[in-house]
Amino acid sequence: MTEQMQSEQGQTVVDSAKADKTIIHVEAMHKWYGSFHVLKNLNLDVAQGERIVICGPSGSGKSTFIRCINRLEEHQQGKIVVDGVELTDDVRHIDSVRKEVGMVFQHFNLFPHMTVLENCCVAPIWVRKTPRKEAEATAMEYLKRVKIPDQANKYPGQLSGGQQQRVAIARALCMKPKIMLFDEPTSALDPEMIKEVLDTMIELASSGMTMLCVTHEMGFAKTVADRVIFMDGGEIVESAPPHDFFDNPQEPRTQQFLKQILHH
Amino acid sequence: MNDNNPPLQPSRSKPWNDPRVRAIFFQVVALAAIAWSGWTLIENTLANMESRGISTGFGFLDQSAGFGIIMSLIPYDATYSYGRTFFVGLLNTLLVSAMGIVAATILGFIIGVARLSSNWLIAKLSLAYIEIIRNIPILLQIFFWYFAVLRSLPTPRQSVDVGGVFFLNNRGLYLPDPIAQPGFGWVEAALVIAIVAVVIIKRWAKKRQLATGEIFPTVKVGISILIGLPLLAYLATGGPIEWDIPALKGFNFGGGITLIPELAALWVALTLFTAAFIAEIVRSGILSVSKGQTEAARALGLHNGLTLRLVVIPQAMRVIIPPLTSQYLNLFKNSSLATAIGYPDLVSVFMGTTLNQTGQAVEVVAMTMAVYLTVSLLISFFMNLYNRAAALKER
Repeated sequence: MTEQMQSEQGQTVVDSAKADKTIIHVEAMHKWYGSFHVLKNLNLDVAQGERIVICGPSGSGKSTFIRCINRLEEHQQGKIVVDGVELTDDVRHIDSVRKEVGMVFQHFNLFPHMTVLENCCVAPIWVRKTPRKEAEATAMEYLKRVKIPDQANKYPGQLSGGQQQRVAIARALCMKPKIMLFDEPTSALDPEMIKEVLDTMIELASSGMTMLCVTHEMGFAKTVADRVIFMDGGEIVESAPPHDFFDNPQEPRTQQFLKQILHH
Repeated sequence: MNDNNPPLQPSRSKPWNDPRVRAIFFQVVALAAIAWSGWTLIENTLANMESRGISTGFGFLDQSAGFGIIMSLIPYDATYSYGRTFFVGLLNTLLVSAMGIVAATILGFIIGVARLSSNWLIAKLSLAYIEIIRNIPILLQIFFWYFAVLRSLPTPRQSVDVGGVFFLNNRGLYLPDPIAQPGFGWVEAALVIAIVAVVIIKRWAKKRQLATGEIFPTVKVGISILIGLPLLAYLATGGPIEWDIPALKGFNFGGGITLIPELAALWVALTLFTAAFIAEIVRSGILSVSKGQTEAARALGLHNGLTLRLVVIPQAMRVIIPPLTSQYLNLFKNSSLATAIGYPDLVSVFMGTTLNQTGQAVEVVAMTMAVYLTVSLLISFFMNLYNRAAALKER
């Protein structure tokens, strides 16, 4: 296992060496729900190892946007290319993208009929065809990383919200994804549990993972993000490194949003 | 605590205002009422039977029945006893119920899943099926299949003839009957060996998947072994089966196997009727699994089939099983409607003909009711066992 960790770190070094390599490419993307235009002309390039935080008022389409990246939602116009594979109706493309993209949901969505360990092993075993022993060893490694190896044989219903969300992160990591998507991972948690989940995410960010997080945790954005994207009304309004974004926002809508969330 | 100070007691209310006293009083009254009714019933029955000169007891079961039954799974003719008619009827009831439960489960699951299909036509067809079938009384449907469909088939002389081997007419469906010749034992042995081999292969494949992650095509290989090995043995031993092919003899067909229209009509009606209810149960079970579960599974890269198999169905089963048990019980009890079209089930044979001929109403009704009760409880028992196995181990 230590070998594996080393090779992972080795990869990280290579990644940062060619940090400009684009892993997600979104171009002129539109999405409608019926006649409602949810996403309007989105353009975004994410480099490998980049950490992006997406924020915005509710209903601005930020969740829908990241759900388009692993095609839990379909886009109707434009182009999304993830790790060199374009997302189309082709099932094989969708499956190969989903293998490389991990996702963490607001409501955890752990499988309640499986233990924590089984939750972590099911995809590696059935999708990656990993031998069970190896899958379990990897799962235990990641459960240690999110600091709950002692809960491996419990069922999700027996864990606290914060623990469940950390299991969900470990479950996604067990597939060894290249990209992690976080859809408001702390919004359903009690305040004292938010920190344990954020700590896990910060630790993950420092390991060089490409991350897209929809979150309202501005502290997290300031410490971790390479870029903060502000969305409103289905459009990307502003995109800037955190210090520019928070200290010197350009757009009036961004200024107003920041005023509302930072002043109370 | 020391004994010098008696503990403080709450002040007592009048006994007839005390709910505990009231509860005991009402229970005693209810029990007395039940006992009195039961005693009156028994005394009344005994008095009536005595005045009509009916002897009680189960002695009649050994008397010769003297009537024929159109279908029997065990050897039977008019010389057998009334006791035998009980078993003939019981087996016929169990046969149609088992056939109905298996077919209704399969059909119900297919229609239930189809009802949720994103394909507009399939979803609407399933909806139409469910709404039409479950809103027409089952007795009417049995009549429909029996009188309108199967009884209107041509007479034996104008039978629908499929290759001179299968014959369909208003007396039933006639199929060739395989008769084992010497040497057939080899084929049977080959089948047993094939079953054992498949079990071993399945275990080995599972072990290998856990160890190396490679998935062995168990289903394909298993099916080819199950069919191939007995077929090889059959060919090697020179085909030791002779077919008894049905043929028209006089006014009716003889030889072969007959599926009588009464059984077919009852089976089809019970299956279609119960499948409509099972479909709704399956649909509700699948819908009870939250969308987030499917999304999480899809996001992990599990494709549709695996998502259904590993995530949705196991969670849906705990919602499906209890009402499914009720449907099995309903089907089993509805099979007693056989009597309306003359299928020789337990009610028709034993509570019908046997009761009419012997007049032993109390014994016959009690035995029949005991059978339905026992089988129903058995079905419940096994379904509860299964339910416990499938239940969510959450806390």
